[in-house]
Amino acid sequence: MEKFSYVNATSLKQVTSLLSDSGWGEVMMIAGGTDLLAELKEYIETPKTLINLKTLPGMDSISADASGLKIGALTTVAEIAMHPTIQHHYTVLAQAAASVATPQIRNVGTLGGNLCQRPRCWYYRDETVSCLKKGGDLCYAVEGLSKYHAIFGGDPVYIVHPSDIAPALIALNASIKIVGPEGEKTIKVEDFFTLPAANPFRENVLEPNEIVVEVHVPKPNPNTKSLYLKAREKGAPDFALASVAGVFEVMGRTCQTASIVLGGVAPAPWRSTDAETALTGKMINDSVSAKAGKEAVKNAQPLNDNEYKVTLTQNLISRAAMMAVSK
Amino acid sequence: MASWGEASQSRLIGKRISRLSGKDKVTGKAKYTYDINRPGMLYARILRSDVAHAAVMNIDLSQAEALPGVKAVIPLTEAGRNLRYQGQEIAAVAAETDDIAKDALRLIFIELEELPFVVTEADAMAEDAPQIRDWEGNQSNPGVNEQGDIEAGFKEAAVTVEATYHTPVQTHVCLETHGNVTEWTDEQNLTVWASTQAVFGVRNDFARRFEIPANQVRVITEHMGGGFGSKFGPGVEGHTAAQLSRITGQPVKLMLTRRAEHLVAGNRPSMTQHVKAGASSDGRLVAYDMRGYGTGGISSGAGFQAPYVYHVENRKTERFNVATNAGNQRAMRAPGHPQGAFAMDSLMDELAEKLGMNPLEFRRINDSSEVRQAQYTLGAQEIGWHRRNTVPGSGTGVKKRGMGVGSGQWGGGGGRGTQARVTINADGTVEAVTGTQDIGTGIRTAIAIIVAEEFGLAPTDISVKVGDSGPGLPSGGSGGSQTTASVAPVIKTAAIAAKQKLFEHVAPLLKAPVDDLRVGTSTIYVASDRTNTVTWNQATGLLGQESISEGGNWDQELRQGGVAGTQFAEVEVDTQTGNVQVIKIVAVQDCGLAINRLTTESQINGGVIMGLGQTLLEERIMDPQTGRMLNANLEDYKVPGTYEIPEIKSIVFDTHRKVTGVGEPPCIPTLGAIANAVYNAIGVRIRELPITPDKVLTALAEKKA
Repeated sequence: MEKFSYVNATSLKQVTSLLSDSGWGEVMMIAGGTDLLAELKEYIETPKTLINLKTLPGMDSISADASGLKIGALTTVAEIAMHPTIQHHYTVLAQAAASVATPQIRNVGTLGGNLCQRPRCWYYRDETVSCLKKGGDLCYAVEGLSKYHAIFGGDPVYIVHPSDIAPALIALNASIKIVGPEGEKTIKVEDFFTLPAANPFRENVLEPNEIVVEVHVPKPNPNTKSLYLKAREKGAPDFALASVAGVFEVMGRTCQTASIVLGGVAPAPWRSTDAETALTGKMINDSVSAKAGKEAVKNAQPLNDNEYKVTLTQNLISRAAMMAVSK
Repeated sequence: MASWGEASQSRLIGKRISRLSGKDKVTGKAKYTYDINRPGMLYARILRSDVAHAAVMNIDLSQAEALPGVKAVIPLTEAGRNLRYQGQEIAAVAAETDDIAKDALRLIFIELEELPFVVTEADAMAEDAPQIRDWEGNQSNPGVNEQGDIEAGFKEAAVTVEATYHTPVQTHVCLETHGNVTEWTDEQNLTVWASTQAVFGVRNDFARRFEIPANQVRVITEHMGGGFGSKFGPGVEGHTAAQLSRITGQPVKLMLTRRAEHLVAGNRPSMTQHVKAGASSDGRLVAYDMRGYGTGGISSGAGFQAPYVYHVENRKTERFNVATNAGNQRAMRAPGHPQGAFAMDSLMDELAEKLGMNPLEFRRINDSSEVRQAQYTLGAQEIGWHRRNTVPGSGTGVKKRGMGVGSGQWGGGGGRGTQARVTINADGTVEAVTGTQDIGTGIRTAIAIIVAEEFGLAPTDISVKVGDSGPGLPSGGSGGSQTTASVAPVIKTAAIAAKQKLFEHVAPLLKAPVDDLRVGTSTIYVASDRTNTVTWNQATGLLGQESISEGGNWDQELRQGGVAGTQFAEVEVDTQTGNVQVIKIVAVQDCGLAINRLTTESQINGGVIMGLGQTLLEERIMDPQTGRMLNANLEDYKVPGTYEIPEIKSIVFDTHRKVTGVGEPPCIPTLGAIANAVYNAIGVRIRELPITPDKVLTALAEKKA
């Protein structure tokens, strides 16, 4: 990696002022570092300054009350996965966090880092390949090898967003608090992520001088069943070939509401309103769940090597729907 | 003539004994080459080609040389030469720290003219492909073999199967990457800590390379983190380290990066077989016609076994190499066998199904090995073969189970060339020294067991020194599953000789003839009067200022080659996700006399896991667009982890009391067993490895359509 200076963060104000005016890549933030360190070693990123966020006070805890959860951006993935309240009332989130990488990575990787991690695309991660995402001319996945790439929302960059936690948060209707030089703002996690058509170089709306500080998750209604299904080639560690974060309000076998967000299939977590519509208000059985899966992928646009993801996504959605109404 | 005696007489041999180095390994005390640090040591790195094919126009090392902390920069190619694969060496740097060496690599400027490349077999064989080596159409002259009367065979056939089977390139994934620490003690004496499977082979190579006497090179490999056939020579990295060390006069450490390990440190070649075969109505294989090829990258050597294990009277085979702009193949655990076994065992199942026969019965008819016939019975019983789907894919539910069987064979009889000494000191200590190397297989412990058995001591009483050419007791490289069968007879006969010498010292004291002496537990006694006894230490005390030190010989009666193996797999296929979970493997491995049953079982477990990886996960992915390997890491080059590893029932099938190596054979039958089990589960055959979810889902979708 290139040499950089290392600054311990003391306050959010200091962080945003250090970030100010530098544009992307000159000054970067590091928390767990499980993603950034690899990017530095591979010369994908070559910042002049790294700000160590772990020294920021009060940003690494989980609080739960009747209205919901507040999770600091420095909370580790392991703490989210093992938190009893999250496991019980926000199951999809605990399951998603538990599916991330390995115990070692979960023990240091943070919520903020998980949401802001960069794509795993094998062209993007190869320093010697100048792809569109890095300012080059083309997305090599289009004509090249695309087994792990997007089937939705790709154009013009066919990466997939690697986060497991993001689809779970979106399915739970969570919000994200962002601090910048002008103060703080809170937006839906769903609106945090962007597609390459809007900006091929970034995966979210953060400005270069903004920082994610907290996530709020509203408490689900008591009749909610939520779950996270992640398909991968290897038990662990492996990123999702496709994943489904499902949050369902159920009465008996009837699905009153459904919130379904996909991971591993698009450059951003991908809400499937088609699947949600197909399930909402329905008595869930094999044919209804199968139809929901089918509806979800009707507009999929697979590349040369990832047609299988269409089937996989469809099957995972059906499975999730059936699991939502099973005992 | 020496023999290993009856099992009932053995106190240690054939028992389960923990490896002597186990504690050192788990506590981190064991030093691998990677752990060696010498005073004043420099760190070296190699700059490698990013591209698959290019002409070198110019190399400028000056800026790298000028970087503070850089001690030497040497070119490894030159203007006018071609780089023929990604990862090929361009230049090397030695610096005071590894970070400086890394920075210096980025200050080497190379001007290249990129040339057309081919990195896949299909591209290499395409009509308009650029010719990348001295083979027309990038294909070597085919080797053709014809036996019997193939036309008559097909006439006799009641059923025929025509199919194409493919296995991709697999890399060795040694956990310890290749590398060396080199140190010149003066201009004529070189010491090398090498991560190698061949201490003496590496010694001789360095001696030739630097034109110094072989006995002035000392190679040390105390512990080794995996080789699997890829670590027999010093490689470019070894020669480079020694050269940098010579230039700077300082020790140099040069270990490959994980990326380089995938790109240049060897691989198992791919295999593609187009095969047509026939079987008679009574279940005999009667005709076999195969045309196949593989790529070993820019080198040749992409051979494979076909037909395999099962006998076919009438056969024709034609095979050739395809050149690609990719790193050289090297020997990899049972070279040519796993690929061949996958194709043959798949083919056997396909023929059996067409005949309406139980695939196990079909094998019995065509397998002349009596050992394997017995293994079929035992393995079928252990896995519960009767529970398999008689109609493939007939299981109900989303997750479907199936069973399969596969077979393998190997040599492993060892060879001459090992010298060893067993020394008994007056204080009762015992040393066994030989120039073999323990590459993780447990030979160190096996040596201790053999000597301890002979002397009535415990394995921990024996100080075993291996992995060092210094004592000048050569042994061959650890390859071909030869180590134990090469080393054990020499150690055994050396121990017998040393014991005889000790008896000669003891006989006068016990007033008994030497022939009447025996060892007990840390004692020596008179067979005809068991009360007449001395302790081991009393006996060795008689040596005074002397030691007993005896060599041995490779007594051929103590070893034997030729093993058969069979494995049965039970798998569960999730038909919604395409995931294949192996539930259980029963591995019945013929192995002769297992010196240490525990490490023999570990060998079998390891082989099964490696075979499982090749079947379900591993594949070198080359990008035709950029010429690069896309998964030169351990994120997208996937090897089995805890979740993938099933229950493994390793059955040491010891058919005789002679030593045979089994390092390689247990990785062979796994492929066919799992692939056939997947078919049995879902009723769709996948003829291309690895069997990943994309292939399973695609195959299931095609079946449905």
